Amino acid sequence: MSGDHLFVLGATHHSAPLAVRERLSLDAAAADALRLELAGIPGLREFTMVSTCNRVEFYGVAATPGAVADVQARFCARQQFSPAEFEQFRLSLADSDAVRHLLEVTAGLDSQMLGETEILGQVKEAYSAAQERGHTGPVLNRVFQKAFQAAKHVRTNTAITEGQVSVANVAVQLAQNIFGSLAETRILLLGAGEIGEKTAKAFQSRGAAALTVASRRLERAMELAESLGAFALPFWLMPVKLDEFDIVVCATSAPDTVVSLAAAEAAIRKRPARPLFFIDLALPRDVDPATAGLQNVFLYNLDDLAKIAAENRAAREAEIGKCRELLATRADALWQHIEPRLASAAGGNHVSDRRAESA
Amino acid sequence: MAGTLGVRASLSLIFQRGRAGTCPDRQMPYVLHSMFLGLTDRSWLWIAAACYLAGLLLGTWSLLRGGRQSNARINAVIAAGYVFQLLGLWVRGKAVGGCPLGNTFEIFQFTAWSAISLYLVVGVTFRLSLLGYFTSCLAAVLTLVSLAIPAWDASRRAHIFGGNPWIEFHAALALFSYGVFALLALTAFMFLLRNYSLKTKRPGGGFTFLPSIMDLDHMSVRLLAVGVALLTASLAVGAVYWLRDTSTVNTAKLHGTGTIWAAYTAVLGLRLRGILVARRFSWFCVGLFAAALLSLWAVDRSRHEPTPPPPAPAVSR
Repeated sequence: MSGDHLFVLGATHHSAPLAVRERLSLDAAAADALRLELAGIPGLREFTMVSTCNRVEFYGVAATPGAVADVQARFCARQQFSPAEFEQFRLSLADSDAVRHLLEVTAGLDSQMLGETEILGQVKEAYSAAQERGHTGPVLNRVFQKAFQAAKHVRTNTAITEGQVSVANVAVQLAQNIFGSLAETRILLLGAGEIGEKTAKAFQSRGAAALTVASRRLERAMELAESLGAFALPFWLMPVKLDEFDIVVCATSAPDTVVSLAAAEAAIRKRPARPLFFIDLALPRDVDPATAGLQNVFLYNLDDLAKIAAENRAAREAEIGKCRELLATRADALWQHIEPRLASAAGGNHVSDRRAESA
Repeated sequence: MAGTLGVRASLSLIFQRGRAGTCPDRQMPYVLHSMFLGLTDRSWLWIAAACYLAGLLLGTWSLLRGGRQSNARINAVIAAGYVFQLLGLWVRGKAVGGCPLGNTFEIFQFTAWSAISLYLVVGVTFRLSLLGYFTSCLAAVLTLVSLAIPAWDASRRAHIFGGNPWIEFHAALALFSYGVFALLALTAFMFLLRNYSLKTKRPGGGFTFLPSIMDLDHMSVRLLAVGVALLTASLAVGAVYWLRDTSTVNTAKLHGTGTIWAAYTAVLGLRLRGILVARRFSWFCVGLFAAALLSLWAVDRSRHEPTPPPPAPAVSR
C-alpha cells in the first residue's frame, strides 16, 4: 500500500503499570528536547506528543514505516528504556484505528477515571504545542479539531461525564446541591490529615473561599491553614462556633464522636433557615449519626460518599456503548475524508520542511 | 390580496356574541360563539393545553433518557402555549366584555395563565433548572382538567364586576396572586424532592437536575412575599367597595379568600422569623396552594347553589 499513514504509538495505563509509566513520563524539558529530535526524522510529516500521568502517545503521519520505528527508537533512547521492554507495553495503531483511538481518548473513554474531562484539556494543550512549533499539518490539524468536536458532542449527548466518581468530588457536588454556588459558603475542616486536605482542596477548586481549619494540635492546624490560604481555629472553640459554618468536613482520628447531636442541634437552632452539611470522612465517625434526623441538617459519611461514587462510575460505564457508537460514526466519516489525502500525499512536506517554510 | 381579504373576513366574524339573556340569579348559560381565525376560544385553549402537555412529555422524555433538560426547547413550547392561551382568554374576554373570571373553568384557566406569565419572567431570569418542566406539568393539569369537565363551563355569572374596572382589577390581581402561589407550590415541591434526595442519600438520576436547596428556598421566599403583596393589594382594593355595600360580596368568598390571605401571611411571617423553615415551610406552601384551589372551586360552587328561601315570618300564638 502506497501513500502516508496515520499512526499512534505509545503506552497507556491499560498496558503499562504505574512503575513503568513513571519511567516513560516526560517532564517539560525532556519533552521539548524529544520534540526537536523527532522533528528531524526523515519521513515523519506531522506529529503531536501527548504526555499525561496515564499515557505517553505519539500521533503522527509517516511516509515510511521506518519513520514510526525511528520515533520509538528515539523515545526509548531518551528515556533509557529498552525497545524490547517497551514493546511489551506498547500501544501501536494505524489509520482508522488511530483516528478512533484519538476520539476515544479526547472523549475520556480511554481514561483511568472514565469520562473525566481533564484529558480533553491535556490533548488540546499537546496539540497546541505541536501546532505552534509547526509539527502538525493538514492531516493532524483536521483529525485533532474533529476529535475535540466529537468529545464535546459525546459530553453533550450522553451521560458519560455525569456524576462525580471520586469521594472528594462527590462531597463537593453534594455541597453544590445544597448551597448552589460555593463562593459564599463557610467551610470548617476538622482534622489536618491528608484526606481532609484533599477534600478542602477540591472545595477550593470549585470556588470555596472561606475555609477554616481546626485540629487538636493548633500548630498543625495553622500550618495547614497557611498552605491552604485558610484560617485556623482552636479545636476547643469548635462546638460554640459551629453555627458560623455551612459545611463541616470531619476528618480527625479521634476515637470518639467530635460533633455531638446536642452541638449540631444548638448550631442549627441559631441558623434554622440555612442548611448545615456535615461530611464525615473519619473512621471511627466524628459526627453523631442521629444528627442526620435534624431538619435542614445533612450528614454524609465515608460509606455514603463511596457508594454514590460507585453508582456514578457504574452509570458512566453504562454509557460506554452509546459513546463508542457515536464516536465510531464520526471516526469513520473522518477517516473517509482523510484517507484519500493520505494516499495522495506521498512526497509532501516533512516536519522540517514545514518549519523551514514557516520560518 | 386574497390572503388579506381572508383575514379580514375572519376578523369580521370574531366576537359574535351569543344570546346574553339575564336570569334572576345572574347565572347565564354559556352560549358564546366567539371565534378568532375560525377557532373558538375553547379551541385555542385546547391548543394551549396541548402545548403544555407537550412540554410535560418533552421534559419527562429527557429525564427518562437521563439527559439534560433543554431549557430553550421547553421554554419555546411553554411560550407557544402561553400565546395560544392568551388568545383563547382574549377571545372569551371580548365575548363576555371583561376579564373572563365568571366560572370555575375560567378561574382555573386564568390561574394557569398567571403562573405561566410569571414563569416566563422568573424562569428565564433565574434559570432554575426543571422549573419549566414542573410549570408545564402544573399548567397542563389545570388547563386539561378544566377543559375536560364541561360542567365547570356550562354556565357563567354575568356582570360580576358591575361595570366597575376597580372590581375587575381586584379580581384579576387576586387571581394573579394565585398564579404566583402556584409557582411557589412548584418551587416548594421541587425543594421537597431535592430535600428527599439528599436526606435519603440518592442524589443521582432525575434529582441531578434539580436546583440547589438554597436556590429553591430563596425563590420560594421571594414568590411568597410577592404573592402576599399582590393578594393584600387585591383585598385592599376589594375592601374599599365591600365596605360601601357589604351585600355585594358572597360570604363564602369573603371567608375563603380571607382565610387564604391570613394563612399565606402567617406562613411568610413565620418563615421570615425562622420558625417555619425548610421541609415544613415547603409542605405548607404546597398544602396552602391546594387549599387555595379548593377554595376557589368551593366559592364558585356556592354561588351556583340556589339561594335558600327567606325564612317564614314568625307566627305569634
